[in-house]
Amino acid sequence: MAQTLSSVDLRGRPRRREGLIQVLLLASGLLSILVTLGIVYELVKGAMGFFTRPLWEDTNKPLAADVAPSDTVLPVRPEGAAIPEGAIIRVDEEIMRVQRAEETALQVERGLRGTQPAAHPAGVDIFLEDRVSLWEFFTGTRWIPQAGEFGILPLVNATFIVSAIAMLVALPLGLAIAIYLSEYASPRVNNVLKPLLEILAGVPTVVYGYFALTFVTPLLRRLLGPDVVDIYNMASAGIVVGILVTPLVASMSEDALRAVPRSLREAAYALGATKLETALQVVVPAAFSGLAAAFIVAVSRAIGETMIVALAAGAGPNFTFNPFEAAETMTGHIVRISGGDLSYDSIDYNSIFAIGLVLFLITLVLNTLSQRIVARFREVYE
Amino acid sequence: MSVRPRFDPNRAARHRRARIGMVVFQLATLVGIVVLMALLYNIINNAFGLAAIEYRIYPATLGLDLETLPQTPRERLLEILETHLSPGLRRSLERTRPLTQRSNEELAALVLERVLQPKVLDTWPLVPSLLHTQDIVAEVHARFPQAEVRWVRWLNTRFLTRPQSSAPLRAGVRTAILGSLWLVVITAATALPLGVAAAIYLEEYARKDRWYNRLIQVNINNLAGVPSIIYGILGLAIFVRALEPLTSGAVFGAVAEGVTANGRTVLSGGLTLGLLVLPIVIINAQEALRAVPNSLREAAYALGATKWQVVWHHVLPEALPGIMTGTILALSRALGETAPLVVVGASTFITFDPVHPFSKFTALPIQIYQWTARPQPVFRNLAAAASLTLLLLLFLSNGIAVYIRHRARQRRLV
Amino acid sequence: MTETPAVELRNLNVYYGSFQAVRDVTLAFPKHKVTAIIGPSGCGKSTVLRSINRMNDLIPNARIEGEVIFEGKNIYDPDVDPVEVRRRIGMVFQKPNPFPKSIYENVAWGVRINGFRGTKSQLDDIVEEALRAAALWDEVKDKLHQNALALSGGQQQRLCIARAIAVKPDIILMDEPASALDPIATLRIEDLMRDLVQNYTIIVVTHNMQQAARVSDYTAFFSTDESRTGFLVEFGPTAQIFTNPKDPRTEAYITGRFG
Ligand SMILES: Nc1ncnc2c1ncn2[C@@H]1O[C@H](COP(=O)(O)OP(=O)(O)OP(=O)(O)O)[C@@H](O)[C@H]1O
Ligand SMILES: [Mg+2]
Repeated sequence: MAQTLSSVDLRGRPRRREGLIQVLLLASGLLSILVTLGIVYELVKGAMGFFTRPLWEDTNKPLAADVAPSDTVLPVRPEGAAIPEGAIIRVDEEIMRVQRAEETALQVERGLRGTQPAAHPAGVDIFLEDRVSLWEFFTGTRWIPQAGEFGILPLVNATFIVSAIAMLVALPLGLAIAIYLSEYASPRVNNVLKPLLEILAGVPTVVYGYFALTFVTPLLRRLLGPDVVDIYNMASAGIVVGILVTPLVASMSEDALRAVPRSLREAAYALGATKLETALQVVVPAAFSGLAAAFIVAVSRAIGETMIVALAAGAGPNFTFNPFEAAETMTGHIVRISGGDLSYDSIDYNSIFAIGLVLFLITLVLNTLSQRIVARFREVYE
Repeated sequence: MSVRPRFDPNRAARHRRARIGMVVFQLATLVGIVVLMALLYNIINNAFGLAAIEYRIYPATLGLDLETLPQTPRERLLEILETHLSPGLRRSLERTRPLTQRSNEELAALVLERVLQPKVLDTWPLVPSLLHTQDIVAEVHARFPQAEVRWVRWLNTRFLTRPQSSAPLRAGVRTAILGSLWLVVITAATALPLGVAAAIYLEEYARKDRWYNRLIQVNINNLAGVPSIIYGILGLAIFVRALEPLTSGAVFGAVAEGVTANGRTVLSGGLTLGLLVLPIVIINAQEALRAVPNSLREAAYALGATKWQVVWHHVLPEALPGIMTGTILALSRALGETAPLVVVGASTFITFDPVHPFSKFTALPIQIYQWTARPQPVFRNLAAAASLTLLLLLFLSNGIAVYIRHRARQRRLV
Repeated sequence: MTETPAVELRNLNVYYGSFQAVRDVTLAFPKHKVTAIIGPSGCGKSTVLRSINRMNDLIPNARIEGEVIFEGKNIYDPDVDPVEVRRRIGMVFQKPNPFPKSIYENVAWGVRINGFRGTKSQLDDIVEEALRAAALWDEVKDKLHQNALALSGGQQQRLCIARAIAVKPDIILMDEPASALDPIATLRIEDLMRDLVQNYTIIVVTHNMQQAARVSDYTAFFSTDESRTGFLVEFGPTAQIFTNPKDPRTEAYITGRFG
């Protein structure tokens, strides 16, 4: 008896294989954190590059005479933009700092930042160093890279107009579909409609873009007149983005409505409410936070949507509030810029990171908000 | 004593409102269906139809029939090439490979491309082509007296098997389909193991009360909502630039001098899409794991199995159909993604197939984007044909996913 | 019992799909009385109750044969509006189910949708009166605009009763209204029923024999046959059913329950 007992060893054994597996699994989980960190790191780094990168602005002020490598005073012509003292300037390839500036002469420190003092002929334009300031970035109403103007407002504005139109379509449509599916449709009808919605949700966005450009835009132009509606316009893109997110709104809203307990509906009916009164005045308010979460997620999707706007909303930033005009959104701009042969050493390359960072932050805030709401909503009905 | 409410139970009005409400909800649902129909209609409508085509030399004048061109006697094809090709071109063709050694198909293609040289002047969608054939023919005769009106199926087997070309009648999507398949394979190879592993960790191992586990979960949910174009930027910065020696194949010596894609390879594209679908794969796999009843785990534990044995022998096989379905749906998403690939640098125009992970690539959605963005209307027809191809592919893969789910359910019922 | 009954069931049969849940029930509920429905689980008590105000219409596969006579009319006649039936025959459920709105709104909502025409202060009065009648007023009068879900279970159930009586129904159906409550809250609901019966006809389903004995004037005992179909075994004054049941099955059930 004692012998049998002693042969049973209940002490824990180290299981190295088990431990190793667990570490590997944890590593896979941590990878997702790494992805987030990677996104943030790269976006911030690229955006920093955008804001610290020197832009050379042509002052249209030419040298008045030839300059030798040893000269420290540059004779200049009076025309062109004024050059402030302390500014960094560039003549041909050479970079200099202005120590004193007068109407017709600049006293400079030559050969900065690893460039060599060189001879420059008369008539060469002086370039002034400039940087994109945060203030200009967030308040500027023009985005013209060639002219060194980088105000993100036109892009943000177009993004919001397209998203607003999209939500004008998706909110009523998605909510109405959700109410129909959860309150009215029989299980049989549901079984037919749900896959259709899934198909609608599964159509690639580029195909929606094609649809916007070749179907919705001509339709709008036929309805409202070609003078009113441009070939590329935000309205068409917005409507189709709305169609794209409608299944999302519908299915998330339907989940929220179905989570409302049956007993609430019965209570309403027992008071003599009609089906509509029950649906709109009891079920919808009870599901409100779930519906709000659905709506916010949809807004976030609309803001991040790319191909539809890239194809249908038009190329070229345009600060306009007219939905029938062409205007480029943040996402549309990023694809267009990167679709060409993008040089890694250009302000354009850096600018997509700055825009991307703004886009990332907006959608992050919206998604976090919606998750919070959903979590709270769950608590109410547990 | 008691307050009697004064009711004005205008029930007729209330019922009318209720009926109107119901009709409104039904209409909204109908609108959704109509939009889906419009979408499909629009694509099909543009993928087939009449086209006005002009030839340098009309087939009829040579006694050729376009439909059966490859079946034309070999001697006749050689004879036509003999008489109608410029001596210079003929010499250069002979130098590549003697004409007499080429197959009938190749000769027919040469005749079409070099001799007949069809050019699409205008196209009409399917429905007007069917309804107003006479008017269209009359219009073509008035506008382009030279041209011939022909039915064109923009989506046809040649379209599927030919590489990209700048001549619309010769353009195809083989390169793009192969590119898409490469992408999906690479995406699956990265996202499936990593995603399932992360899901197993979160569902089977992680203690929910630990902050880092909650962080991982919240983080995954957030990643699922990050716009796809942001993943494109990430891929551009990491895979294309930072890891260029790897993704271009340079460290493996895998690429011939001069043809390197500089990190803008199908590998970079696939890895980017892998990261993009990773959170979706994780979330779907988690759901599948959660659906495995706890009694199964307990039964295995009670036999003295270790955690990993429980997971590997019991939980995972049980959850596998669900995981596969979820993964296929996620891969369908990858198959349709465009924006991140544009940012990562999919090629806009290549005619050679991807042969290894370090090839330049294009993909079906990229092709659709390119063609749609072209101003000439012919390319819209090609875009429609490519869209139809993409939709059919998606339909197929989703069908497989649904079938797996269905079969798993059936098996469980038996 | 010469007075016309509040509501009368005539040869009522209820089916769920092909399953017959209740068979051939004929029963008259007296006006301004509490009638208790008792019987073993699954004998169709809730089913019968729900056929009285057409709540079964909401169950897709439920089907009804026979008549339910209310105010001289069969409520299942095609020209009868179920919405109006339910306004006149209110219902309180087993689990308290207040709307996730304020206490005030819970009571006022039913009044409003039923086409109330009057001032805000009149509505206030109706709400107050209903809450008083439900013996809840003193507990909630200072927090009328707080969310009703913050109330205790017993308070929530009384709120549901207040909500039901605010629309001035003729009959109140109660399906095990106290089964989710503690004994003290249960007692309050029972007292409330005794108060309400002065103005209303109450039909209450209960599993609790003592409760049926305490609150009801009449008792209907249901049972099931071999095919699980429910039917009425016996109906009569509560005192008689509990002390001197005519049917041996009733006696078996009651004594069985009492041990
Ligand atoms: N919606 C339904 N669909 C199908 N069968 C149902 C449905 N509701 C009830 N039943 C069946 O009808 C019979 C009577 O149900 P009912 O709920 O009326 O019983 P009950 O007497 O109220 O029981 P309990 O005392 O447990 O509440 C039961 O056999 C039940 O399974
Ligand atoms: Mg019951």
